This record gives sequence, structure tokens and C-alpha cells, in this order.
Amino acid sequence: MRIEGKGLIDRRRTVRFQFDEIGHTAFEGDTVASALLAAGRKLVARSFKYHRPRGVLTAGSEEPNALITTGRGAASEPNVRATVQEVFDGLETRSQNAWPSLKLDVMQLNDLVHPFLGAGFYYKTFMWPHGFWEKLYEPVIRRAAGLGGLSGAHNEDKYERAWAFCDLLIIGAGPAGLMAALVAGRAGADIILADEDSLPGGRLNAETLAVDGMAGSDWAAGVVAELHGMSNVRIMTRTTVTGAYDQGTYGALERVSSHLATPAEGAPRETFWRIVAKRSVLAAGALERPVAFPNNDRPGIMTASAVRAYLNRWGVAAGKKVAIFGNNDDAHRTARDLAEAGVEIAAVIDSRPDVALPSASWPVYKGSHVVDTAGRLALRSVTVKGPAGEKVIAADCLAMSGGWNPTVHMTCHMNGRPVWREDIAAFVPQEGAVPGMLTAGACNGDFSTAACLSAGADAAKRLLGDLGMSVPRLRAPDADDSAYSITPLWTVPGKDRAWLDFQNDVTVKDVKQAARENFRSVEHMKRYTTQGMAPDQGKNSNVAALAVLADATGRAIPETGTTTFRPPYVPVSIAAMGAGAQGAGFAPQRFTTSHTASVEMGAPMIEAGLWYRPGYFPRGGETTWRQSCDREVGFVREAVGVCDVSTLGKIDLQGPGAAEFLDFVYTNTFSTLKEGRVRYGLMLREDGHVMDDGTTARLGPEHFVMTTTTAAAGNVMRHLEFVHQVLRPDLDVRFTSVTEQWAQFAVAGPRSRELLNGVLKSPVDNDTWPFIACGTVTVCGVAGRLFRISFSGEHAYEVAVPSRYGESLFRELVSRAESLEGGAYGMEALNVLRIEKGHITHAEIHGRTTAFDIGFARMVSAKKDCIGKTMAAREGLTDPGRQQLVGLRPVAPGGQMTAGAHLFETAKEATRVNDQGYVTSVAFSPTLGHMIGLGFIARGPERMGETVRLVDAVRGVETDVEICAPVFVDPEGGRVRG
Amino acid sequence: MADLVAKSACAGLLPVTVGTLTLEETDIGVLTSVAPYNGRGDDLSTALQKAHGVKLPAPNRTTGQDAVRAIWFGRDVALLAGPAPDRALATHAALTDQSDAWAVVTLSGDGSDDALARLVPLDLRAAQFKTGHTARTQIMHMNASVTRTGPDCFLILVFRAMAQTLVHELKTAMEGVAARR
Amino acid sequence: MRLTCPVCGERDRREFYYQGAAVAMRRPAPDAGAEAWDNYVHLRENPAGETRDMWQHDGGCGAWLVVTRNTVTHEISDVELASDLAGERA
Repeated sequence: MRIEGKGLIDRRRTVRFQFDEIGHTAFEGDTVASALLAAGRKLVARSFKYHRPRGVLTAGSEEPNALITTGRGAASEPNVRATVQEVFDGLETRSQNAWPSLKLDVMQLNDLVHPFLGAGFYYKTFMWPHGFWEKLYEPVIRRAAGLGGLSGAHNEDKYERAWAFCDLLIIGAGPAGLMAALVAGRAGADIILADEDSLPGGRLNAETLAVDGMAGSDWAAGVVAELHGMSNVRIMTRTTVTGAYDQGTYGALERVSSHLATPAEGAPRETFWRIVAKRSVLAAGALERPVAFPNNDRPGIMTASAVRAYLNRWGVAAGKKVAIFGNNDDAHRTARDLAEAGVEIAAVIDSRPDVALPSASWPVYKGSHVVDTAGRLALRSVTVKGPAGEKVIAADCLAMSGGWNPTVHMTCHMNGRPVWREDIAAFVPQEGAVPGMLTAGACNGDFSTAACLSAGADAAKRLLGDLGMSVPRLRAPDADDSAYSITPLWTVPGKDRAWLDFQNDVTVKDVKQAARENFRSVEHMKRYTTQGMAPDQGKNSNVAALAVLADATGRAIPETGTTTFRPPYVPVSIAAMGAGAQGAGFAPQRFTTSHTASVEMGAPMIEAGLWYRPGYFPRGGETTWRQSCDREVGFVREAVGVCDVSTLGKIDLQGPGAAEFLDFVYTNTFSTLKEGRVRYGLMLREDGHVMDDGTTARLGPEHFVMTTTTAAAGNVMRHLEFVHQVLRPDLDVRFTSVTEQWAQFAVAGPRSRELLNGVLKSPVDNDTWPFIACGTVTVCGVAGRLFRISFSGEHAYEVAVPSRYGESLFRELVSRAESLEGGAYGMEALNVLRIEKGHITHAEIHGRTTAFDIGFARMVSAKKDCIGKTMAAREGLTDPGRQQLVGLRPVAPGGQMTAGAHLFETAKEATRVNDQGYVTSVAFSPTLGHMIGLGFIARGPERMGETVRLVDAVRGVETDVEICAPVFVDPEGGRVRG
Repeated sequence: MADLVAKSACAGLLPVTVGTLTLEETDIGVLTSVAPYNGRGDDLSTALQKAHGVKLPAPNRTTGQDAVRAIWFGRDVALLAGPAPDRALATHAALTDQSDAWAVVTLSGDGSDDALARLVPLDLRAAQFKTGHTARTQIMHMNASVTRTGPDCFLILVFRAMAQTLVHELKTAMEGVAARR
Repeated sequence: MRLTCPVCGERDRREFYYQGAAVAMRRPAPDAGAEAWDNYVHLRENPAGETRDMWQHDGGCGAWLVVTRNTVTHEISDVELASDLAGERA
């Protein structure tokens, strides 16, 4: 019911929205909750476990009942709080957790059998038979319980992440926050003022209290206007600060367009901010707590502060006949505000017997309690019990107030423990709980407007002092300063259930049962009953549940425990936290200069780290990758192939200490390498295992270029920096990654020189460019580099030009190769070629193998120290019984082999204890016409010619294979030198 | 023998304009990584000044202007942008050609700092990150060099092979900023 | 979490690579013996309180750092350049 003349909504602008397919008219400024209450709608949801009919309980983000789903299809969003969602034209909303409808929810059966569904019911009941949990119980329970569902479709909505930096972050724009902002803003500090509401002002917009002789909301609007005029102040509305993290970092969720009918193009739905602040003020206010009396969860029963908020902020009377039940002075405001607005007051029930109250024109029951309520889908009456006996009072709304809980949440995020304050029967923040943060106002237990205003100003002044800024003179505004008087009231006894946690359906009975079953620690009680674990994270229930536990275990509240909260303060969608990192944004894509040309040639691109490399280059008539791969292997062995190898890490090393540095990071010696020559090097980790391998070329006396494997390039660079900066800063050497500077192509095969001599300014021959020669060349008029090295075992080169020419050179080389009966080859062929030649990759140097294991023990120089040398010499790492690198080939020509298979003696069972080794790489060798493989087996080098059994239990492969030398093609190495 | 055709890192990707913001590829000349050897920083600075008119920049700073600019590029290294390096510098520093290693773009226009704030975990407020200031930092997951070259103008470098991702990220951020104006 | 790189200034944790205990600074001589090497490569303290460890400003200037921090309070009391300490074998 709307009240004329009340509220901060814009009555000239009406909007239409839907709830459960029914259209409603509302005003701009309404939330779904205020609009539904204005329409007289009480029932909006069903509870989590018992499917109890529920209505709106609060007027803020703490709402436990009124969870709805907004939108449709892939863009639908479940578990939106109706008290936060602003209405807009065309907004579609639906109720959740009810079938077939909110009114006729079949699962309300749960409520009838509630005696069986108390705390621990699921744990105790669904234990047997074993295996039923996963297949039967859990799916059924999941369907019955729970909140809104996801659409299952990919959400196309845009989300965003952003960074912000400031001197001072003020969390909350109520009286304390606004005052802090005013003081710090006038002092010139760089401020962010964040508030989760669409309208700054906090309770000033929800109460009728005056500030400086004007309406509180007008005062707030005036301050906001002044702050808007300051270039040093950023006001972030609809922004909930969700967490406090180390060294002044805060998380915040901004609702950017979820309240708009037609968001601007490209606008995100939400932005997740990371705010870095030198100092912060927590002015997050307080949350009113319900009272746990029997049947306290019926639609129409709300917190008193929410009833006032709907009246004063939105011009909505939450009922036609309102009863008020409270244990503190604050509750009485509700009656005054409603009466002034012409709403009938059914009764005011104050649990305190001896409280002095001003005379009123409505019935007041002192020392009385609400002991029961009636009305299934909406409240009809309340039963009041007091000194004069029991009485049923008709009411369609009950405003309850159990006092206020300061919003201490943020002060718990870094392990702060709230402190109990007896006078206000509430927890307040531990001082200094978050370094750099001060708490001010209601969140610190200051409950009068005047106290909030001055606390905000004081906090700002203290922090300005910390920041070395001068403090402006500012008179604190006049405001209400009445004391807050409360007598704790947590529960009202009765035979029916009294709810503590509305969202997770946890009642007083459940907490008492937990205590009886010896879950006496608050942490155990929470886990046993699930109290505080719903999306509201115990905002409405933690303190009362603790009080009930304290009572049940005969302890005082502070000795029972404290309440604590983890981030985030409100639910944050993963889409917001991970914004931009989905799909292609998950990781950067690195494209080689030949990428476009490769794609044009039809090559499927495969990921190699962040890089994309061609798998193979299909030609007409080929239907499988193997056909393409075999052809590519064939032309490399017979003619010439071209392959982009730019993705290998390339590190340029210069300086007088470069050679000695290389000697220290490689097992073998580079100081003896001649200029214009390349050498293969092996790098160990300090624990003696192989880290990486690659070739290093000496371009000048103090100038080297190292190559690393594609996958390890980043790690090797970091390792080199570590060794240099931490272990050997005495060595004068500088290194620079040149991976991206050079586009580098392997030209491999017997006709490689013939091809190259077509593009080189000065042709090369075996005398000027023997195997392992390197140097500068001119390629089609461009200064480049040429290395005569080979991964395929063929006569081969790698030619490099600056990347801008990469695409052009690749196309030129491929076209020339094709005219020589060759062409481009991809990763599949590259892999087959290297296995045929017995060259290792990270499949073999996988982190647990040593130089000894791969047969390179002699590459560890005895003449010098190097990283990993000492530890590699440990007994266990040089034991001849270790599994060592061997070649493998099937005994029968058609025998199947798989990588990952294990090796066993043929006479023994394939069990773990009989395991002798494993297969690391396999390929079909078109050169030999059968499968070949590399692997590790115990005492491998001693077992040449022995037959063992290859067993791949996962893929069901069993093959007898022969152990052989790991070089299958050209073991003498004649081809590379040819 | 065919001549090789040069292709820039962002060819076909840029320029892009969204609202008030423009992203374009920038040719800042020859790029040389200049890393002074142990204890040779001052000598190098003098040699740089003599040969190219710019000093060796202090950490997080740049020297010079558009034609010749030295950008601090990391621990003990600067990036000389513009001229081919004078050979005399090689006495004091390791010189490495980086002209083709980086995608170089300029983001300009009102709100360019807001767009970068969606990608860069750096305090970009004008009072903290002034014209001529530079940082080695990250753009989303990419290591980057970011320099403020004017009140609403940033020079951004990432690895050349990541040009497409860079443009994608920046364009998305630019759209996010434009949507709020 | 934020670390103050001595070269770049205060930066977000994501720019840094974490390695492990600053024990890594004290590489034993090749002939220091099995125990010294075992301590260097494998043995680590797990203190509740102050600890020193190696980080690299990987997403920034590339400097290796020695960070002194408190595992209980998360306070960071010192960040030093590893290259400055290398001579002292910190």
C-alpha cells in the first residue's frame, strides 16, 4: 500500500515489471521488494529446506527470504535479493524453490515431517547402503532443497574487472561515512566513497530523524552534492565493498547495468573492483536482528527497521494493521512513523517490564512477548502473552526488533575477532583488526545519529593525520542523540519452531539439539546445523544462534565464542571475479609470423604453451592426420621440409662473464666453444634432475645465443636471472630474450642446402658451413642468421630473420620447398622425425630424470662446478639399477605401442611391484614401416635385444616389444654432416 | 630472388576508435635494449647523451621525446627507441636489437587511464604516474611496458606475438569505458 | 597482497613469482658435504611468525627479491634486492 507524500521515489516515472508472470506497476527508485509490498504482495518465496511460505524480511542486501531469479534463458540470474534489485521497465522476475507454484508448492510436505528433518538428519539417515549417496540420495535431496537454478547455457553478459587507487576508502555512505567523506574531501584527500545502495545516505533515507534542522535525507543529498563537486572524491554507488585483504587491498562489486532497462552498448553487468587504499574508514552501519519466537517466519513478519525503510524511503506501508514487537527503545519509532502516516497500529509489544514509555494512542503491552502467530500464506494474527495473560491480536504485519548488530564483517576478514559489548548486547569490531582501517558509526556500536556523525568526522581526522594532511575545521551537525536502551531477548519459548537462520531453515531447536549432541563449540554447531552458511552468511542469525548456544551450554556469550565472517560480504558471481579471463581471454595467445599462412594452408593449429603451432599441412586426398604426417616425414627424409621453430626460447647473452656463466648453468663447457659454432647443452636443476636442453651458438667472443625448449622458455629465463642475481652477480653478463625478435625456420632434408642457396646472398657449402656452424647471412636482402643444426637427423639448417619479415620468408621457403618435392611440415612430423633420431623432449626430461638416466652422464663436466652437479652425483641418482632411456620396437611388425604404457618382464604379471619402466614417446615411423618408441627401463643399456611386455591398462594395449638403442634412423650420423 | 615484405606487429588489427578513445600502432623507430655492464651506468649515460642526446633513464622514468626516447625497461636495462645505436655504446653495455620483438601501440583520448585501469594493476592516477613516467607491469596476463606520454596518452609495449590479444583486451576495456559515458 | 619492489615501488602480488625460502641464497661449496646440500635443497622451516623468502618481480623489472614477512599477521617488514645481499650470502 502506497502512502501519499512519503518516500524518495520518483512518482512521475512509472515502470512496469513482472513477478511470476504477473505484471506490476512501480515507480523509479523502487526495488522489487518495495514494489511487491506496495502491491500488497506478502508471499514471495519458499524456504530452503521446509519450503515454508516466506515474505520480505529486510530492506537490504542481508535479505534471507526474498530471493528471486531475474531475466530469462542464458541471461537469467538466480538468487537475486528482491530488496536490492531495482525495478526497470520490462524487468522479469520469478520466485524460486517452489513447484508448481509459490502458493501450491508440493515440497511443503517437508514442513509436515519436520520433526524428522532436524539438525543432522541427513548425516544420520543417508549413510547406508554404501553407494546410495551419490546415485540416489544426493540427487533427490539436491532437487528438493536449494535455491535458484542456473540456466545451463553460456551467459553472454559482459562482466568487468578494474583497479582503483585512493588515499582513503570510505565504506558506507550513511551519516558516519558521509561525514568522514566531507571532512577528508575538504582536506583534499583522494577519496573513494563506496555504498551498496543506489542512493547514498544509509539510514538517513529510511528514518524521519532530522540533521541540522532538515530532513536527514535532505542533509545527505546536500553533502553528496558537495562531494560530487570535488575532483578529489569519487562516489561509487551500487558498489558493495566485499572484502578486506592484505596491505590495503579491498574487493568491491559494482552493479553497473543490472538495474537498467537498456544498458549502453558494451556496458558490463557488474564490475569487480580491486581498490587499493592507504587508509580506510568502515562505516557499514548495523543490521537489525529478528527475535526467535514461535512461527516467526510468516510472510508479513519483518524487521522493524525494514518496515520504517519501506515507509520513509519508498512510501510503502508494509501492512494495513501493524503490530510491533521489540526489546529496545528504537522499536517504538516504528509505531510513531506509521501512525503519523495514518497506518493503524494493532499493538506495541515491549518485552521489557519496567520500561518508561511516552503515552501513545495505541495499545502497548509491557513485559510481554509474541508467543505465536497465525496465517499460512500471510500473517493474520499474533498471540501476545504478558502479565495480563494471553491475547490474539489481528495484524497483517509484525515489525520485530531484537536490537542491532554492528556490521563488523570486514573487520573479521584478516582474522580480527569481534568483542562483546554488554551494554548494547552486541559484538563490536576488535580495534586494529584491519591495518589502516578505522571503524565509525553504527558498525562500531554508535547508534545515535549524532554519535555517527561525530565518529565519522573523528575517523577522517585521525586518518588525515596519518597521511600527513591538515584537518579542516568543520562543525558537527546537530542531530538526534538519544541513548539506545536494550534488554537482550533472543528467544521466546513455545511449542512451535522459532527460526534463527531463515535462509537455511535453522531453528532454536536445532541449535539446542547440537548442544545436546555435544557440538558445544560455535564452529561445530554451525557446521552441524548449517546455521550461517547460506548466501546471507549468518548476517541475520549468527549472534542469536551464538546466544542460544551459550544458553543451552550454560555459558555467557563471550565465553561461548565469537562470531566471525569471511569475505565476500555479499555473494559475488564468479563471472565478475574472473571477468575477461573466459574463453580467449583465459591466457594470451601467441601467434607466430607464419600463423596466417599456416591457417591458409589448412593446418589445424595446436597449443604449445601459449603458442599456436601447426599440427600438419593436409593436402588434397588426405583424410587422416597420419597420411599428412607420413608424407611430411617422407619429404624431410627424401627432399626438404620447412618448419617454423620461432617458438623455441632464444636468449641473447653478452658480456665478459658470459662464457663462464654458461659453464655454470650448463653441465658441459661453453667457454671452449669456438666462435661461429653451435653446441648442444644440458641444464640441471640444483637437485640434479634435468631442467632443459637446447643449443647455444657463439656469435662473438662475448656474445652467445641460447635456445630453450618452447615450453620451458619462461622458466629458463627466470632460472638464469636467479643464478645471475642471487648466486653469481660477480659475473658481468647481461641477457635479453630475443624469442620474439627473430622468426626462425628449420629447413631440413637432403635438398635443404639447395633450397637455401636460392635465398642466400652468398651460397653456402659443406666447407664454409659444416655441421654446427653458425653466423650472419643475407636472406633475400635482409640481415639474418643461419645455424646448421638438426632436430630431424637430416642435413638441416635454421634460418632466422627479424620478425617483420617472418611471414614473407616462410611463404618463400615453403614455395621453394614445394618446387623441390618438399613442403611445410608440422608438429606431428617434427615429433616423428625426432623420435626416429632418438632426440629427447620434455616427454623424456619430465622433471624426474637425470643426465645419467638419459645416457648423458658424460656431459656433466668433471672440470668445473655447475648447477645441479653435486646433487646429481648422489648414489641414488647414479645407481645402475635406475630406469634409463632406451628405444623400443614391437616384436611383431604390426604391434601397437602407446605413450604412458608401462613395461614388464614377459613372464611376470603386470602389477605395480613388477613394474620395470614406462614409455614416454611413440610414433609410427614411415621410414621404418612400424611403431617405434622411447622409454625408460631399469638397467636399460644392459638389456639391448631383450623382449619385454608393454601394457597400457587404460587403453587396453598389450604388446611384446624389443629393447633397442634409442636412435632408429642413421645412428652413425652421416646424414646431418652430408 | 624475391624481396622480403615487412609486416608490422599489429597489421590488420589497428587503428581502433571507441567513443573518445583511440588505439593505434606506433612506429617509434629502432628499438635497442641497452644494458650497462657492472658499474658502467654513468659511462653509458654519458655516451648516450653524446651520441643520441638522451641520458640513461632512472628506474620508472623515460628520457627524451618522440624522435629519440630512452625508456627504463627493467632492472639494469633501458630501451633506446628511435635511432640505430651508436657503436660506442657497446663498450659500456650489451646492445640487443629488439625492433621486431615488441608490439608498440598508443592509447589516447579522454578516459584512456580508465581503460588501462581495467587491465593494469598499477596506480595510474595522474598525480602518481605523470607524463614521462614508465612502468614494467602487466596488461591482464601479459608482461608489458606502459609509459605515459601525455595527459591522456599512453605508449604500450607487449611481446609482438601477443598483439592480437593486446588489441582484444584494450578494445574490450575501451568499450567498457565508453559505455559509462 | 602488495609488495614494495625496491626498484619499481609498491605493486600487487600478481606481478610477483614466489619461489621459496631465502635459504636459496646460501649455496654450499661443491665439497660442503651431503648434509649441507640436503639442507640447501630440501630442508625448510615452517615458521609461525617471521620468514624470509625469495620472490621475483617477474611481471615487473625482473629483480629477484628477499622478502621478510610474517606468516601470522601477513605483515611485510622488508623487501631487499637479492643481488645486494648476494655478496653477504644472507
